[in-house]
Amino acid sequence: MNVIVEREKGPLTELGDRIETLRARGMGGSSELEILEEKYRALLSDLFGHLTPWERVNMARHPKRPTASDYLAAFDRFDELHGDRHFRDDPALIGGFAKLRGRRIVFLAQQRGRDTKENIRRNFGMVSPEGYRKAKRLMELASRFGLPIVTLVDTSGADPGIASEEHAQSEAIAACLAALAKVNVPVVATIIGEGGSGGALAIALADTVIMAENSVYSVASPEGCAAILWGDSARASEAADRLKLTSDDLAGFGIVDRIVAEPLGGAHRDAPGFIASVLDTIDAELRALEHRPPVELRDARYRKFRRIGAWETQSREHATAALP
Amino acid sequence: MAIPEWLRRLREPGVDAEKDAALWAKCPSCGEMLYRKDLEANLSVCTKCTYHFRMHAYDRINMLVDGDFVEIGTEMLPGDPLGWVDKRPYPAKLESDRKKSNLSEAVVTGFATLDGFPVALGVMDFNFRGGTMGTVVGERIAHLLEEAHRRRLPCIVFTASGGARMEEGMLALMQMAKTTLAVERFMADGNLYMTVLTDPTTGGVSASFAFQSDIIMAESHASIGFAGRRVIEQTLRQKLPDNFQTAEFLLEKGAIDMVVPRHELRETIVRVLDYAVDRKRTMPALKAVPEFAT
Ligand SMILES: [Zn+2]
Repeated sequence: MNVIVEREKGPLTELGDRIETLRARGMGGSSELEILEEKYRALLSDLFGHLTPWERVNMARHPKRPTASDYLAAFDRFDELHGDRHFRDDPALIGGFAKLRGRRIVFLAQQRGRDTKENIRRNFGMVSPEGYRKAKRLMELASRFGLPIVTLVDTSGADPGIASEEHAQSEAIAACLAALAKVNVPVVATIIGEGGSGGALAIALADTVIMAENSVYSVASPEGCAAILWGDSARASEAADRLKLTSDDLAGFGIVDRIVAEPLGGAHRDAPGFIASVLDTIDAELRALEHRPPVELRDARYRKFRRIGAWETQSREHATAALP
Repeated sequence: MAIPEWLRRLREPGVDAEKDAALWAKCPSCGEMLYRKDLEANLSVCTKCTYHFRMHAYDRINMLVDGDFVEIGTEMLPGDPLGWVDKRPYPAKLESDRKKSNLSEAVVTGFATLDGFPVALGVMDFNFRGGTMGTVVGERIAHLLEEAHRRRLPCIVFTASGGARMEEGMLALMQMAKTTLAVERFMADGNLYMTVLTDPTTGGVSASFAFQSDIIMAESHASIGFAGRRVIEQTLRQKLPDNFQTAEFLLEKGAIDMVVPRHELRETIVRVLDYAVDRKRTMPALKAVPEFAT
């Protein structure tokens, strides 16, 4: 059960239906419609004006939230490339050449399904080793031809199945990370929905990390975390509070560089408008990165992640300077 | 007459059990009661069934190095960046793990020689927070690789980890990126990087610096994988075969270079070093640092 979907039912839907009815009757601009619209905005604000971390997790998983293919529809063009050249093509990870705002890029994203049938085909956006190997191949391709890499992150995590273990999921993710560490081109990653752990990071070791306001990015799923901590996955909401997985939290830690604000009530309430502002942000970030020489890019990437973390220092005379 | 304190304590069943545990260890694999001194003398490998007990980081280092071990990175200690509390506050968990393990974090890093080969050595320990990777583990590994790089020494890391450390949230996950960048830079410059996967190696450590090396060895019977066995069983609602995610299973699937029993580890590592590294290179001025040369 999605708490956001539940909250959208009842008065909000009813009010929305009445507004639609009046609009359909050509009553736009009438005072009756204006009053209803005003009520609708106030109700939206009541319901979604302030979201808890757990509510944001549900927003990130909202069945109507735009997925990678919705973003792709707003690109100039996209030519999908398939397969890991070893075993199969993983539909949970899509990639290929694309043109965005006139710029040639290589695009990579986790793709959730819109309905049950597509979700089964796309494994709910949970990528298998073959998907990560395809991603690695395309990262290297981008680097060879000087094409910036744009990724969209939207996964609850890497696929945890038997076949994935047999095909060395760890190695596939590790190799994807290593490929991003060494590419000579700008990498811009955007968390558009759920950023689930290592399976998300595999395509997000980026020069710039953007996050949609209500997306989440977490070391473990709140359910998994609650199961480990209290042996009770029903306490996911408490776990979500502790994990610091919201865009604000992560910007505070220096893990996220830009946040794209969402319409009140979530990205799905104005998908085209929201997608346009995400693509504008990606475009601006690419413009800032694209003229930097490869060595400088890689050095900045190194320093960016080298800095992340917090620890305590014990003052010590014989620090590294005294070493061989 | 009152019973003397020492006698009363001796009579308590808990003390006997404690004393017993100090002297005897039960093999989790074959159930044999093993006399601890014999077990330790046998590198913590069951004398009956060759089950490999998990090893303390310093015991492992002692088993491997020629003599001195120059530890680095000890000035980096875990903080509490999220102000994490679950059943207990994170700092309290750290404190009890420090006492339990005699370690300041889940990895020990430093320099030593192996059969004369100077190397940078990182050894993780499951006894500290399940070997999970928080900021300090990531930082110490990256620091080790950078220091090894400066000296152009091969780097060997023994992994043992339950994955990224939940109590440090996304800061822990980001250590996967940090260590990857350090490994990549180190290897790109022609330096040898080896990993030895020990029981257990999973999650964020498995999916970063454990599997990015030139040579991947695994200790016999070690459990290795991305997703934890329990997670897979719960997701699929089926029981997994016993050999699933073992070192031997990974060897068969082609994911690792070799499976090595603990008794042959040192010798096997030295053989690889002998192929890949110029033996004439010596540890620069290790002995010149008085506070380190013991
Ligand atoms: Zn045994």
